[in-house]
Amino acid sequence: MTTASANNPLKDMLDSRDWILADGATGTNLFNMGLSSGDAPELWNVDEPAKIRALYQGSVDAGSDLFLTNTFGGNASRLKLHAADGRVDELNRASAELGREVADKSDRKIIVAGSVGPTGEIMQPMGTLTYAGAVEMFHEQAEALKAGGVDVLWVETISAPEEFKAAAEAFAMVDMPWCGTMSFDTAGRTMMGVTSADMAELVGGIVPPPLAFGANCGVGASDLLRTVLGFSAQGADTPIISKGNAGIPKYVDGHIHYDGTPELMGEYAVLARDCGAKIIGGCCGTMPEHLRAMREALETQASGPRPSLDKIAEKLGGFSSGSDGTDGNAPEPRRTRRRG
Amino acid sequence: MSDEEDIILSELPDDELVLQMHDDLYDGLKEEIEEGVNILLGRDWAPYDVLTTALVGGMTVVGKDFRDGILFVPEVLLAANAMKGGMAILKPLLAATGAPRMGTMVIGTVKGDIHDIGKNLVGMMMEGAGFEVRDIGINNAVESYLEALDAGDVDILGMSALLTTTMPYMKVVIDTLVEKGIRDDYTVLVGGAPLNEEFGKAIGADAYCRDAAVAVETAKEFMARKHNALAAG
Repeated sequence: MTTASANNPLKDMLDSRDWILADGATGTNLFNMGLSSGDAPELWNVDEPAKIRALYQGSVDAGSDLFLTNTFGGNASRLKLHAADGRVDELNRASAELGREVADKSDRKIIVAGSVGPTGEIMQPMGTLTYAGAVEMFHEQAEALKAGGVDVLWVETISAPEEFKAAAEAFAMVDMPWCGTMSFDTAGRTMMGVTSADMAELVGGIVPPPLAFGANCGVGASDLLRTVLGFSAQGADTPIISKGNAGIPKYVDGHIHYDGTPELMGEYAVLARDCGAKIIGGCCGTMPEHLRAMREALETQASGPRPSLDKIAEKLGGFSSGSDGTDGNAPEPRRTRRRG
Repeated sequence: MSDEEDIILSELPDDELVLQMHDDLYDGLKEEIEEGVNILLGRDWAPYDVLTTALVGGMTVVGKDFRDGILFVPEVLLAANAMKGGMAILKPLLAATGAPRMGTMVIGTVKGDIHDIGKNLVGMMMEGAGFEVRDIGINNAVESYLEALDAGDVDILGMSALLTTTMPYMKVVIDTLVEKGIRDDYTVLVGGAPLNEEFGKAIGADAYCRDAAVAVETAKEFMARKHNALAAG
């Protein structure tokens, strides 16, 4: 339907490969390069281009086939905090151009994915953000990322179905292929109550469909894989993305440290593939050393059968909740609703 | 269910009306809550009793189901909105009648963090539990926390951060309180999806609250301790 997705490098890679290694953390890596807490990472696309190149290069050198641009908070609503809401075009374009530069000089094929994070606002009727307003913000960012040369647009860490749809609509407006992930951090669902099965259904109804969909961030690697199992149980043809955090955050010696080891993330990567994920990466806390371990594990270990929840818990640790809302064992409301 | 839709609130005896209001809060029915509050006031209930029995009682159930992964943010926002409708009627009356105060909380997301959904939920649930909430919004530098605390009568400082890039800022605020020698004047509660108890301890907070319901429980606990300490001292 769209000319853009017919000949897309990510589509080609998905068609020709059994798995694709995505990147790891952006924020955690930038902290290690001196970003101060509370400052906007996106400003560095212009102010500290060498560090952003180093961020991208770190993923490429560690074996990632795909990395996300440093534009997670690059929408007008988020940049407003830093009085940079007038710089959406500039910051996103710069970030994408730096990504293009790093990807194009690699001797391997590297995909540059334009990261688009949530607006941070609640949509109507519960909140104030209108659907049209969300589409407009995502559209502005998508245009800039496209102009900067990304291969694919990539919305991530979304919790509300309407916001996910708004991003997809904006991506269609700029005629770019896209991927999308939601964050399942509340009893196995998104904050808004979306289950893995709900998301698979949501994605199935969006035209044009994403090249891949899945989950990122959330609680820990175990929860994320339970979500991936939920996606693959729906039997969708669309490839699945798994980008989990490297453990949980701890405060050590004045900075944030995620407690997942490279070995653990290697186990996670192999299990993610066994759960049905095709694009496998990390999120918060995932550093180049984790990515190296993930690449090595994916290359040296054979695919296995679909793991049970017990096996995931045994290898990666327990789950944050007893049910993720898809197994029929979710707790029931304690009140009967007397009104329709 | 359809034949049950014709509930006439004004015809219910007090105890049934209160239970019905709990259900209506659960279902986020704002107009029904406002009507129920007015009916109870019309029956000479003290505003404070309407607050605690009808509203706080109902929100406690909502909070428990939120904590247990039964209700999610959209349902809780609706319930909180209904409660706010009732609170708007009660607030001036509570002030006029000198009702007992639960405590006052200053709450805001830290510098760089726009993600205020959790913060808003905590604010609403705390109000639902009878606390006075001074919401200083998003993106707060340490100076704006200090200013809000300086305004007086504050018992609890609540900080929220949702991003890896903003979580450490909570420590900056707490360290500043320590430097100024006022850290122990307040109960400091922190929250946000990526946080955990150990993290809260490491940065020097009194407690990490994993969700809005836990925040309310924790706030009540600390206020009770404070009262006990005052009584003993």
